[in-house]
Amino acid sequence: MKTAGAPDRRIYETMVSIRSFETKLQELSRKGVLRGSVHFCIGQEAVAAGVCAALSPGDYITSTHRGHGHAIAKGARMDLMIAELLGKATGYCKGKGGSMHIADLDLGHLGANGIVGGGIPIAAGAALGIRQLGLQNVVAAFFGDGAANQGVFHETLNLAALWKLPVVFVCENNQFGMTTPLSEASSQPDLAKRAIAYDMPGTRVDGMDAREVFRVTSDAVGRARAGKGPSLLVMDTYRFEGHYIGDPVVYRTREEVEDWKAKDPILRLRKQMVGEGLATEAELDGIHGEIARKLDEGVAFAQSSPDPDPSELFTDVYSE
Amino acid sequence: MKELTLSQAVNEALVEEMERDPRVFLIGEDIGLHGGAFAVTKGIFQRFGPERVRNTPISEAAIAGAAVGAALVGARPVAELMYTDFITIAMDQVVNQGAKVKYMFGGKARVPMVLRMPFGAGRANAGQHSQSLEAWLCHVPGLKVVMPSTPADAKGLLKSAIREDNLIIFLENKHLYSQKGPVPEGEYTIPLGAAEIKRAGGDVTVVATGRQVTIALGAAEKLSKEGIDAEVLDPRTLWPLDREAIIASVKKTGRLVTVHEAVKRFGFGAEVAAIVAESEAFDYLDAPIRRVAGAEVPVPFSKFLEDLFLPDEQKIIAACKAVLA
Ligand SMILES: Cc1ncc(C[n+]2csc(CCOP(=O)(O)OP(=O)(O)O)c2C)c(N)n1
Repeated sequence: MKTAGAPDRRIYETMVSIRSFETKLQELSRKGVLRGSVHFCIGQEAVAAGVCAALSPGDYITSTHRGHGHAIAKGARMDLMIAELLGKATGYCKGKGGSMHIADLDLGHLGANGIVGGGIPIAAGAALGIRQLGLQNVVAAFFGDGAANQGVFHETLNLAALWKLPVVFVCENNQFGMTTPLSEASSQPDLAKRAIAYDMPGTRVDGMDAREVFRVTSDAVGRARAGKGPSLLVMDTYRFEGHYIGDPVVYRTREEVEDWKAKDPILRLRKQMVGEGLATEAELDGIHGEIARKLDEGVAFAQSSPDPDPSELFTDVYSE
Repeated sequence: MKELTLSQAVNEALVEEMERDPRVFLIGEDIGLHGGAFAVTKGIFQRFGPERVRNTPISEAAIAGAAVGAALVGARPVAELMYTDFITIAMDQVVNQGAKVKYMFGGKARVPMVLRMPFGAGRANAGQHSQSLEAWLCHVPGLKVVMPSTPADAKGLLKSAIREDNLIIFLENKHLYSQKGPVPEGEYTIPLGAAEIKRAGGDVTVVATGRQVTIALGAAEKLSKEGIDAEVLDPRTLWPLDREAIIASVKKTGRLVTVHEAVKRFGFGAEVAAIVAESEAFDYLDAPIRRVAGAEVPVPFSKFLEDLFLPDEQKIIAACKAVLA
C-alpha cells in the first residue's frame, strides 16, 4: 500500500502549536505562576505531530512525562491544558493531575504518565481491549529511550508481538534519559535492533523530519490495523531544552545542542513547503499569528479560572 | 557541632562509610556526575569513581534486585530510587526476595543493603511523585524502615543502616533536604529502634514522623502559648519501633495524637494507636486517640488541594485540643 503524501499543513500547524505552547509556558514559569514538574519537548515536535497525523480519530495514544506535544497533536485543547498546568478547576483534570497527567479519553489520549515506561503496557492493553471488543482501532505508545530499559518495555513488546496486537511502539530517542546518555544506558545503542528479539519490524527514523515520521508511522499503523501486529519505531530526535525547568544541563555540550538545533523540524518542514510551492511564507506566518492569539486567550481563560472547590479533594477516587 | 542540611548529612554518611568499608557502593539513576535527582550524592562520583558509584539505566526492578544479589555475596550496596513512588516497580525484589531470603533459607543468607528513597508531598508533583508509602514496607517482616527528621539523625541512622546485615529502607522527606540543623563533629552512629523525645511535655504525646516532626514542634510552640504542654516523640525508625518510649510517654501524658503524611487508614499511626491500646498505657488514656494524616486520596496537583491533603500545624493543634477537651 502506498501512503499518501503527508498532510504538511496540519503537521506544520501542530508543530507550531506545540512550540508556541511550551514557549508560553516558559514565560509563565519566569513569572513564577507555574508549579511542579514540567518537561518540555521543544525540538521533538515532529515526532508527536507526524505520528498523530498518521492516526485516525478513533485511535489511541499513551504518553509520557514529556507529553504536551502528544496531547496537542492528538487534538487536545491548549486552553484546558494551560488551566490544568495552573491547577485550576477548569483544567483537563480539574487541577488534580498537572503537566504529567494530562489526559483526554474522548480524544483517544489515554494519559501522560509520571512513571517512566508506565504507558507502554497500557498501550498494549488498549490494543488488546480493541481486539476483545472487535474494533478496528490502533494504539500508538510514546516513550523515551530511557523507558526502553524498563522491564515492562520487554514484557510488553513480547506480549504484543505474540498476540499480534494493533499497537505501534514509538520510542522518542532524544539521546538522554535525564542526565544519562543513551550510550551509558543501553548495551545496544541502536534501539531498533531490540525489535529483532520479539520478531517485529524495528525501524530507525529521522525524528527531525516530520514527513518521514508520518510516512513510516503510516506504514506501521496500516500493518497494525491489518492485523499483522506491532512495530517498533525509533525516532532519533533531541530536546532543545533541559530535562526540566532549571536543569543546569551539564551533561552535553553547547556545540551538540547547536548541531541539533540546526535540524529544527519546524524550519525544515517550512523550507520544504515553501521550496515546493505548497505554501507561502506569509501563509505560514499567518498560522503562527493565529496560534499566538489562541494561546493568549488560553492563558487569560486559565488565569481567570477558579481554584478547585475544596470538596474536589475527595471526589473521583472511586466510580459511583 | 556544625550546621549541615539533611542532604549534606546523608552525603557525609555515605562518604564516611565508603571510606571505612570498601565493600560499600552506591547504585541508582543519575547518581553519578549529577548527584541524583535531589543532588544528594553530589561529588561522591568524582571522589570514588564509576565502580563505587554505579549510574544505572532507568530500571528500578534491576536496581533493587542487583542490590539484593550483590548483598547476598557480601558487597554492601546503598541503592537509591529517585522517588519512593517508583518502589512499585522494584517491589518484587524488595518484598519477595530481599526481605525474605534469610528466613526462607533457614537463616543462611544475609542482605546487607540500604534502599534510600525521597518521599512526600507538597511540591506540586501530583499522584505519582508525592506518596508516602512507609506503611506498605513496615508491614513486611524482614524489612527495617528508617525515617529521619533532622540532619544529625539522618547521618547517624544512615551509618548504622549501612553497617546492618539487613535490608534497610531509608526514607528521606524531600522538604527536609534543604533544612539545616546541628550535626556532631566526628564519628557517631544512632542505633535503629531508639525513639527520641524532640520536645518534652506533660499534657499530650504527639508521635510524629519525618517532616511532620518539625511541623509538630511548631504546633507545640503555639500550643504552649495557650498553656498546653505537648510532648513530641519522633520514633526515627518505624521498624524496629521503640514501643517502650511511646508507652512511657503516653503513661505520662494520658493523651495521644499521631501525625504522618501518609494516608490515615492502615497507616503508621494506626500501629502506634494499637500498640498503646494493647499496652498498660491504655489504662492511662484520658481521651480517645486522634490520628492526623494525609487525606485518603491520591496526592492532588493543585496547590490549593494539596494543602488540604497535607497535615499541617492547624490540624495538629486541633487534634491536641480535641484530646484535651
Ligand atoms: C519509574 C521512573 N523512574 C524514574 C523516573 C524519573 N525520571 C523522570 S523522566 C526520566 C528520564 C526519562 O528518560 P526517557 O524515557 O528517555 O524520556 P525523556 O525524559 O528523555 O523524554 C527519569 C529518570 C520516573 N519518573 N519514573
